[in-house]
Amino acid sequence: MPGLEDLYREIILDHYRTPRNRGELETPPAIRTDGHNPLCGDEITVYLALDGEGDEATVGDVRIAGQGCSISQSSASMMTQAIKGRPVNEVLGLLRRFKTMMGIEGYEPEPGDEEIALGDLEALQGVVKFPVRIKCAVLGWNTLADALAVADHHVVPGAPPA
Amino acid sequence: MTLDVATVRKEFPILAREIDGAPIVYLDSGNTSQKPRRVIDAMSEFTERSYAPINRSSYRLAGEATDAYEQARAAVARFINAPHADEVIFTKNATESLNLIAQAWGRANLGAGDVVVLTEMEHHANIVPWHMIAAERGIELRWIPLTPEGLLDLTDLDRLLAGAKVLSFTAMSNVLGTITPIAELCTAAHAVGALAVVDACQFVPHNVTDVQAWGADLVAFSSHKMCGPSGIGMLWGRREILDAMPPFLGGGNMIDTVTFDGFTTAPVPAKFEAGTPPLVEAVGLHAAIDFLDDLGMAEIRRHEIELTRYALDALDERFGDDITIYGPDNVEVRGGVISFAFRDLHPHDVSQVLDQHNVCVRAGHHCAKPLMKVLGVNATTRASLYLYNDTDDVDALVEGLDSATDIFGLS
Repeated sequence: MPGLEDLYREIILDHYRTPRNRGELETPPAIRTDGHNPLCGDEITVYLALDGEGDEATVGDVRIAGQGCSISQSSASMMTQAIKGRPVNEVLGLLRRFKTMMGIEGYEPEPGDEEIALGDLEALQGVVKFPVRIKCAVLGWNTLADALAVADHHVVPGAPPA
Repeated sequence: MTLDVATVRKEFPILAREIDGAPIVYLDSGNTSQKPRRVIDAMSEFTERSYAPINRSSYRLAGEATDAYEQARAAVARFINAPHADEVIFTKNATESLNLIAQAWGRANLGAGDVVVLTEMEHHANIVPWHMIAAERGIELRWIPLTPEGLLDLTDLDRLLAGAKVLSFTAMSNVLGTITPIAELCTAAHAVGALAVVDACQFVPHNVTDVQAWGADLVAFSSHKMCGPSGIGMLWGRREILDAMPPFLGGGNMIDTVTFDGFTTAPVPAKFEAGTPPLVEAVGLHAAIDFLDDLGMAEIRRHEIELTRYALDALDERFGDDITIYGPDNVEVRGGVISFAFRDLHPHDVSQVLDQHNVCVRAGHHCAKPLMKVLGVNATTRASLYLYNDTDDVDALVEGLDSATDIFGLS
């Protein structure tokens, strides 16, 4: 069995203890989507405020609310750091890269995705060794994908929900 | 005579398995129990020597298989002190038993405005089937609340039961361990003319069960939590109630006759056993019942009372205010199901660390989301004890929790 140090990296625990971008945004203009894991009861709410429209849109602000385990909460916290201020097209690339790293079927990186730095999110690589926890790591990302879909930015057409 | 746990443990092959060079500490029996050698063997032997269709072929082998299946039914009846074996119906699991009640009895007897009373500590299996019929028929669901220590608060029981058609409640909470006043609740239900339904899944594997002493009308329970195989559940009901109920699933075995125009039903229990039943599982269940009977349910209960006391004290002594244990502290009114919150750690993280010590516990909402809301949490960690657990297992739990403190830098 892989050691717990592969899972609970210091950077993950840091985001768990001190989550970034926690809170709410006014809706509208922000989009709110709720994600939950019916098996374990974890809940994440994403508040997403976009600046601009269509292909020009960037993530103006993002906030996370909800309750969950260290993996789901830290992953969501890192996600907010990674996407804030980024063009939506890059956010979609990041989403593909992250899901690919988590071994989720249906997500293949597109040309250019590898240019997008994962930053702190690399620390979540170890989650793959604990398959039961992958759903924790992707909960925030799925909820973000829902928010982007609401904003009419379709996320990897045809990809299965994960 | 007290339970000789060391000897009991030898009967369970899986407890001899090691993961990463260390034995398994199985504290998830409230979820599903492990199986003794004789259950595993009984199922293999039956499959190798006696397997054949039941109730429909005239050769000797089929007769042998039918006898084995019916002997299992008789064993279940004796185990819960049911007056007649043919009041015991085999289902897929206890969830199906409860769905059968809500669908078959409910459809025949419930209409718009009728009241079904449940408790706030029910498992989803005793909630969702009633939600389903409630949505279809316009039925009102009422909920018996809990006291702060996790007992049923019966202060307003008369008001809640006024006009009720059904009272359906757990005999023992799968989250809090609370053992409810079963006979008292059945009496209260009957006083208003309501059907008394008992979800006895957690109770039957751990206690002496007497459905006649309870005065219950319908009782659901499962094999896999009582050392028997998965894939078979039970419903016991009073004969006149079962007789008056329409069938649940239709198909082979449950009919008297079938024409192009319709059908008539077989008498119970066949009326509720459409299709080929889980007969290998019934044989395994029979072996499990013999196993439990040989040890004695009163002895098993006494062992669990002692071990639960030991666990509650050990957790409290080591962790004090850092642990919140849900449910009553009085082990006379609770079973060995111990749900807790540990510091600020999420149950997933707690169970992940415990798994590193081979300690198997459940983390989550335990299929009791409404109860989680009452407790004000999303999830809990739950250690559940059974006849094969001993103080070493509890000590391993405590040590494992200690290491969680280190990993998350909380000390």
